[in-house]
Amino acid sequence: MTEEIIIAGFGGQGVLSMGKILAYSGAMQDKEVSWMPSYGPEMRGGTANVSVIISDERISSPIISQFDTAIILNQQSLDKFEKTVKPGGVLLYDPNGVFNPPTRKDINIYKVAATEKASELGMAKVFNMIVLGAFLEVKPVVTEEFIEKGLLKSLPERHHKMIPENLKAVQTGKSIVETVFEL
Amino acid sequence: MAKELKLMKGNEAIAEAAIRSGCDGYFGYPITPQSEVMEHLMIEKPWETTGMVVLQAESETSSINMVYGGAAAGKKVMTSSSSPGISLMQEGLTYLAGAELPALVVNVVRGGPGLGTIQPSQADYFQAVKGGGHGDYQMYVLAPASVQEMYDFVFLGWEIAFKYRNPVMILSDGAIGQVMEKLYVGPHIPRWTEEELRKNAPWASCGKPADRDHNIITSLDLDSAKQELHNHKLQAKYREMEEKEVLFEAINCEDAEYIFVAYGSSARIAQKAIQLGREKGIKVGLLRLITLFPFPKKQIAEFSKKVKGMLAVEMSAGQMVEDVRLAAEFRCPVEHFGRYGGIIHTPHEVLEALEEKIIKG
Repeated sequence: MTEEIIIAGFGGQGVLSMGKILAYSGAMQDKEVSWMPSYGPEMRGGTANVSVIISDERISSPIISQFDTAIILNQQSLDKFEKTVKPGGVLLYDPNGVFNPPTRKDINIYKVAATEKASELGMAKVFNMIVLGAFLEVKPVVTEEFIEKGLLKSLPERHHKMIPENLKAVQTGKSIVETVFEL
Repeated sequence: MAKELKLMKGNEAIAEAAIRSGCDGYFGYPITPQSEVMEHLMIEKPWETTGMVVLQAESETSSINMVYGGAAAGKKVMTSSSSPGISLMQEGLTYLAGAELPALVVNVVRGGPGLGTIQPSQADYFQAVKGGGHGDYQMYVLAPASVQEMYDFVFLGWEIAFKYRNPVMILSDGAIGQVMEKLYVGPHIPRWTEEELRKNAPWASCGKPADRDHNIITSLDLDSAKQELHNHKLQAKYREMEEKEVLFEAINCEDAEYIFVAYGSSARIAQKAIQLGREKGIKVGLLRLITLFPFPKKQIAEFSKKVKGMLAVEMSAGQMVEDVRLAAEFRCPVEHFGRYGGIIHTPHEVLEALEEKIIKG
């Protein structure tokens, strides 16, 4: 199993930390992992993306241009990355602010209304974990047990009290993901 | 020995390795994309545990001269920077080589020339292996291709630096510096005690006991006859490195008709290009260079007798390719491919270049 993922959105949406938690969880589950950020002059409001690879084998290149899954959190990222999903792959997006939804017919498309749900439940801080939950519902590349271990390992101890809320957000994401188009 | 698993950026791995390898002092000045080296040191506060000094100097010129001072006293000292900062250090590097001082210098390369960009590049190859500073000198140049190697090469770097009394450069790039991968770290090696230092670096200028002459650290000798002898000694050292210290990795080369030659992040990208190529039935392998000086001339010469062509893959306009051509001596076609100025080539582009430039010819 090798899963090559791009996560892209606005800076401040927790794109990089979501990738980090996914990578940590994979590492805890004894997978090979890599986490490669775009480290340009990104800031809140700018765009940010990270490629994460989780694999049973040694990872050749952490730098890739085609992905098994694209997790997309804004229109700019959708425009940029829709075409980079491998045929038969997965595109998961948050429809908030997306006025031109994806159109490809050779990939599986899902949406998760994470922004809306997070604000409804007052869970803005763990918005990215709702998205992560939706992804794991579609592609269970790591199990929940290891998400918890990944959180323990990646979050500084002073934030460990936030872990239950993070796990709840993952559950929320799993329950609200919708199929838009399936092959 | 039990190894501990961590998930770290390449830059953090350099800092972690410095602490765990018994480094005495780090002197640096922040620059993207290597700022996490000093950040990690500041977070870990090794001065409270191992006594290692971590100092932000006022400039790169200061950092490298602080390294010179520490190295002259026999200490394990290092600095790190990225391309523009490393350019500022060139004078210090040739002085270190001339005075035969061991030191570790990390260059996390970004796109140039000038201030360039903060994105990854491999365009500092010439500067690292062909001098950079003045005079006939060489650094031992290691090219890590993973976070684990960023860590391991700090340990190897000290070993070579003190064995040959020569500066060692870890030539990395923004991609390997920024990527986070699994890392296995070993136990802490304590810093040298005063006695160990005097035993391991008997040449060091660290206080003269009654029973020996003065140790003098200098790169200056106005007597040209002596300076020539000194240069002979340096050259003999470099030839010995070429004889004994070449490191490389041959990947999928057993049945290869074509070979990528690459180092650092380009070597990782080439490995993916191999997978893509082999799916299409192209028998391609990779000669991954681990030391850039000494350069694996003999190994490239051997491969040039067996294969139909080589593609040098590097994020530059074509630097390492010159050394590959010299080693291959026209026995097979050698071409270059690389994006540069901060753009990273993709595995697909690399494979396409092989098909266009070598296979179709």
